Amino acid sequence: NYPLYIRSIPTENELKFHYTVHTSLDVVEEKISAVGKALVDQRELYLGLLYPTEDYKVYGYVTNSKVKFVIVVDSSNTALRDNEIRSMFRKLHNSYTDVMCNPFYNPGDPIQSKAFDNMVSAMMVQVC
Amino acid sequence: MEQGPGTVSGGGFISLSENEQRCYSDLYTLCQADSSGKLAASKVGELFRASQLPADTLHQVTELCGAKRLGYFGTGQFYVALKLLAAAQSGFPVRLESIKSEMPLPRFVGMKNDAEVLRYPNHSQNTESQGYQLGKPPMTVARPSLDRDALKRTESLGDKQETRSPPPSPLRSPPNSPSSSSNQDRPLSYSYGKEWSSTEQLTGGETRHPAASEMSSYESKHLSRPLLQQEVSSPSNYGSKSSLTHSSVTRALSVERSAEEGSADYHDDPWRITEEQRDYYTMQFKSLQPDLNSLISGSVAKNFFTKSKLSIPELSHIWELSDVDCDGALTLLEFSAAFHLIVARKNGYSLPEKLPQTLQPGFLQRDAVSPKTKRDGTFLGSYSELVPSNQQQKEPAYSEQWEVISELPRTPEPLIVFEDDSRTAPQETNTVESIQLPLSDKSTPKQEPRIDNSMSAFSPKRNPAFKDTSAEHTPLENTPAAKTDPPPELEHQVKSRTRQRSYSSTSIDDAMKKVEEPPAPPPRPQKTHSRASSLDLNKIFQQSSQGFKGGWLPPPAIPPRPLAAQILHFVSSTETTSAQKSVQKINFADFSKFSEEEENAAKNDAQGQLGKAAGSSEESSPLKDILPAQRPQKPSRRKCRPESQNLDSQETTLPLPPPSSSAPGTKPHLPVQKQSSRQKRAIQTAIRKNKEANAVLARLNSELQQQLKDAHLDRIALETQLEQLRPVSYL
Repeated sequence: NYPLYIRSIPTENELKFHYTVHTSLDVVEEKISAVGKALVDQRELYLGLLYPTEDYKVYGYVTNSKVKFVIVVDSSNTALRDNEIRSMFRKLHNSYTDVMCNPFYNPGDPIQSKAFDNMVSAMMVQVC
Repeated sequence: MEQGPGTVSGGGFISLSENEQRCYSDLYTLCQADSSGKLAASKVGELFRASQLPADTLHQVTELCGAKRLGYFGTGQFYVALKLLAAAQSGFPVRLESIKSEMPLPRFVGMKNDAEVLRYPNHSQNTESQGYQLGKPPMTVARPSLDRDALKRTESLGDKQETRSPPPSPLRSPPNSPSSSSNQDRPLSYSYGKEWSSTEQLTGGETRHPAASEMSSYESKHLSRPLLQQEVSSPSNYGSKSSLTHSSVTRALSVERSAEEGSADYHDDPWRITEEQRDYYTMQFKSLQPDLNSLISGSVAKNFFTKSKLSIPELSHIWELSDVDCDGALTLLEFSAAFHLIVARKNGYSLPEKLPQTLQPGFLQRDAVSPKTKRDGTFLGSYSELVPSNQQQKEPAYSEQWEVISELPRTPEPLIVFEDDSRTAPQETNTVESIQLPLSDKSTPKQEPRIDNSMSAFSPKRNPAFKDTSAEHTPLENTPAAKTDPPPELEHQVKSRTRQRSYSSTSIDDAMKKVEEPPAPPPRPQKTHSRASSLDLNKIFQQSSQGFKGGWLPPPAIPPRPLAAQILHFVSSTETTSAQKSVQKINFADFSKFSEEEENAAKNDAQGQLGKAAGSSEESSPLKDILPAQRPQKPSRRKCRPESQNLDSQETTLPLPPPSSSAPGTKPHLPVQKQSSRQKRAIQTAIRKNKEANAVLARLNSELQQQLKDAHLDRIALETQLEQLRPVSYL
């Protein structure tokens, strides 16, 4: 259970985000296991404060192959609409499948695709 | 970067006529400039000496042009130096001021290209300006300067000269140096286009304003030429000649535009696929996937591309670039693009961030159609405008330059890449050797097509040079087409050769293994016989040789039975025919032996075959007297004792039957007196063979008996040990 890809924008609090993401993984797992109905939970929304001091929102998204995308956004940023988050996830998913298509890519390797990077950066810039 | 002639002249700029530009670019090529734009000092020195100027003049020239300051000759320095040489030769003082005026071309004695070089001034400028097609202006123009653009255009036109085309890569126009300092700072990963800027500047003062904007649109497409942007700026520094008019420029522009597409392959663009390359890629595609219209799956492509020995991240990147539809599979166009990128990478070009426009499938598809039409020889109007004489005169220059180019160390690389990519994946050493074979063939001074066929199309010099000749192209095209076949064939042959090598190596290994197995058993006859014995058995039965060294499995006992039966039959028959007495004796001997053997078999079953062997040996002794004819057999019988391991070809069949004595026991009684002489002979040969086989079996038998003995001994020892231990445990 290790991250394939982490990227953060403006504030480079990478370490903090790492930690956040890891903690959120537990929540995601919980949601997945709880879902007895549809296997594919297209998205999961985890709103709310994680810490009293921190104020950011964590969104999760699981693919069919149990690959989890986690987005952490600052709450100070005027709340992003749900649809925007969904579209972001969709873009992420598409880019991820493109990365997967590459026969030289072994699932489980850190993602080094520049196209993927570019897409993510563009998306983040757009949000911020 | 130093400002070269510009600064030296104190702000003035040097304009070069077209002739001069051409000439200088040729000379530049001669001096084997490397990709960074520096000239080999040795070559430059040689050139200078060839100008037959006194040494101190040369020193002055070197000093003035700034090379001394820099320590090397850049394009700017070189061109300035050439002009200074020309000035000196004309009797002018070696000063920068003298350069500013029109100058005849410098004359160099003893240089290869002298004749061609001097010929160039004869060409009219007009023809140059019209006929030149640079192919695509290699500049990714961001500069709004119109002059630059126009310069590029004319330069691109001018580039169609073969002389230009070879130098393109190293040639950054000398004006570059003065203009933008950052030019040389940039790593010149793409060595193309230098020439263009050079020609630009050389063509000098053409007014280019109208065409500039169009040029810029062209150039902006070519992302692979970021360097040229800077070059572009430099031409602007040069005083514009008013010799060329707008009209020529506009015409050139129109020509170029039309030629843009057609001349696609005629650029030094590393991201353009030449025709030969395309054919090669198609061939490779077919080898992976017979249907040209379908896709190569990802895994197949992956295996193929990993043979190129590039790192996985790079391959991954290449895949991302080339698989535009992201379907995990490659179409022919995608495959060509990927292959092209790999070749580029192997040749040292760094991978682009984005797929170059020329490698995109849409473009490639278009390109695939157009070059063929072009090749019909009727190039776009620009080419037809070319003075045929130019081309003919250029050709020798081409060939020379081709030869020069063929010495480039780069040439082996593409082949190596391809060889690596070959399906057989031969060992690298083999490939290198095999590559050098075709390479050496190719480098023999044939025309460019050969070198092109060597797939080192990345040598920027070659491509445009190759493509520049329009009229000659038609005959050349046929030859390239033919030569593309031989080189692929060569490569195929090479591959097949290497393939054979690999196969032969494996077969040798197998043969070695087989050879090893038989020799192995002798050292350890007491160990398991299973496999070795079977092998030996097979070998022996196949070859009916007596060189067996292994033990024998008990199953062989079965064949001996019928063998024994036959042998007995034959033996008895031959013996009967030879002499009644002997036959009878033999029969008697046989029968007696067998009867005795039967008895022995009955007795000694518990002891394995020891007794039988002993019995047979015992039998042999009483028979000695009776069967002198069979004396040769007796010694062999004796040898059948367990200790004996020697083979005697004359071992009889008799020792063999002991394991299976009961069955044949009845058979000797068969009537044997009805054989003809012919049958006798056949029987005798059969007998001999059977005897050999029997000898082998007998040996096996003896060895097995020995083993049995040892096993018994071991068992006894273990039992005693057990008994010894038992009372202890009970205590």
